[in-house]
Amino acid sequence: MNNRRNLDQDRFLAFHREMLRIRALEETALEGLRQGLVLGAIHPSIGQEAIAAGVAGQLRRDDILLSTHRGHGHTLAKGADPEAMMRELFGRQGGNCGGKGGSMHIADFSVGMLGANGVVGANIVIATGAAHAIRLHGDDRIVACFFGDGATNRGPFLEGLNWAAVFDLPVLFICEDNGFAATTRTADLTAGPGPAARAASFGIAAESIDGNDITVVAEAAETLINRVRQNRKPAFLHARTYRLTGHTGADPATYRPATEVEQAWQDDPIARSRALLDAAGVDSDVFDAMDRAVAAEMKQVFEAARAAPWPDPAEGLTDVLDARAPEVA
Amino acid sequence: MAEMTYAAAGAAALAETMDADPTVWALGEDLGRGGVFGQYAGLEARFGAERIVSTPISEAAIMGVGVGAAMTGTRPVVEMRFADFALCATDELINQAAKARFMFGGQTRVPLTVRMPVGMWRSSAAQHSQSLEALYTHIPGLVVMMPATPADNHAMLKAAIQSDDPVVYLEHKNLWPMTGEVPDSAAPYSIGTAGVAREGRDLTIVTWSATLHDVLAAADRAAQSGGADIEVLDLRTLWPWDKARVLESVRRTGRLLIAHEAVVVGGFGAEIAATVAEELHADLKAPVRRIGAPRLPIGYAPTLENEIKLGPDRLDAAIVRMMS
Repeated sequence: MNNRRNLDQDRFLAFHREMLRIRALEETALEGLRQGLVLGAIHPSIGQEAIAAGVAGQLRRDDILLSTHRGHGHTLAKGADPEAMMRELFGRQGGNCGGKGGSMHIADFSVGMLGANGVVGANIVIATGAAHAIRLHGDDRIVACFFGDGATNRGPFLEGLNWAAVFDLPVLFICEDNGFAATTRTADLTAGPGPAARAASFGIAAESIDGNDITVVAEAAETLINRVRQNRKPAFLHARTYRLTGHTGADPATYRPATEVEQAWQDDPIARSRALLDAAGVDSDVFDAMDRAVAAEMKQVFEAARAAPWPDPAEGLTDVLDARAPEVA
Repeated sequence: MAEMTYAAAGAAALAETMDADPTVWALGEDLGRGGVFGQYAGLEARFGAERIVSTPISEAAIMGVGVGAAMTGTRPVVEMRFADFALCATDELINQAAKARFMFGGQTRVPLTVRMPVGMWRSSAAQHSQSLEALYTHIPGLVVMMPATPADNHAMLKAAIQSDDPVVYLEHKNLWPMTGEVPDSAAPYSIGTAGVAREGRDLTIVTWSATLHDVLAAADRAAQSGGADIEVLDLRTLWPWDKARVLESVRRTGRLLIAHEAVVVGGFGAEIAATVAEELHADLKAPVRRIGAPRLPIGYAPTLENEIKLGPDRLDAAIVRMMS
């Protein structure tokens, strides 16, 4: 266990930097939304960065990741290029998906990121299938599957967890519990003691943690990633957090009191990480340099994405079978 | 040449592709016991339970696992037991499998074969009898195939498994025991090609799946009665469909009837009829017509089921009407 006196500074500075990059990427995307450059809906993960950095950041490059509509952080932490991501959010050439997917379908197969998903919970069975394929291939990769608390009320959650358990598949399920299923409090419409208990009912080892404490997330993720890799069985991480923005970039989230959000900002994982590193004696110059570097990176990302050309309309007819077959040539 | 059933031809096709490609595997309920219709008989003993995977009754997971595994270097063959049950996996097929290649900008392919037994069979009633091919032809990204003979089930299933795009592969339950010659070394089936099941000059009938055999019998009756010399095209692949072959035939005969077991309203016959009307208006000697099921749930009692089936009388009457 890391404590404040003998914190591995390099390791946690790297996590801190990754959280800052995720926050900056999404703030840049929100600025893009305000300027009309981001075209469709985006779902920020501001306030949830410790889970993305602590889990996805500890996967191997050849491990597989399945994400959600709120997936920018997971994607970046898995190693995707932020400029390609911003181009995708702006619908431009050079986006990860060539402008065909946008935020909700962002994917980077070159780093094992097999897609965000526009359908809540749909990625759970796909992740299970990727793990089943790994079992058939017989190698030591694992799959990490992120989803929210809202997804635990969907059928594929039950079907996927049962399947992963009965077939002994190497999947780490990560439930990012931000308290809201879209714009409704999950607790108002969810029976029983919660996500970890549901996982435990399948015999899957489950752990509930404070998802805003990077030291706790990093420790739990490291343990579970190693356990899944060695034991070739699923594990379940329930990480409690809070979504500091609305459901989408355009949602003012008036369904919750301002005081609740103000209170939640006191628990901001980046501020907590900074306090931890300050207490461990990291010089403020280090943070200043890190802040400047991240800001410069995302400024460049924004400018490059804004300058990128639109996709050629003819591209819209590619990557699908016989799109124009019914028409006369 | 070997004489085998439609069911055995499917099993042979799967076994041959599994022999040739270690990444091919099958998953579905009760496959280890040969599948609900025996179309997987003997395969678990031969390939083991790791590659012939008996699954829980979890259609969304069966399909979704197929999608994830197809994007992770394998070629899964998913069994849905009855086409009707595939509706429990609609998101996984339509939103996920069909979209992934396009939506991710060509970063991945989804080489997934989804076997869905269709059709009216032994009073199976409203939830075990449907022919839902038109639903899938409407979805960009899906290939839709419907074999009508043992030889085609053999060649077409091999082609489906080798396809890099997801294939909805609809086998007709009435055809499982049908026997026929399956060539040992047939030319590979080319997806999107129709078959000329019977040559003729007066009328083109386009059909597919089990209805092919009803149509061939009707064509023989018409020939014997001197009513018409009918060309019968077995469409085999509904998407992408063999438009060139259909147009060539109708241009020659000047008459087109489309016959299928599925509901006529919004059926795939409508797509063919519209295309022919648009392209061959000046060549037509009679209006294009469709024949199929009324827009009704399928009844259980034989008297109710027969109301929905095409049957020889309705086919004969449709042919007479086309020629009058």
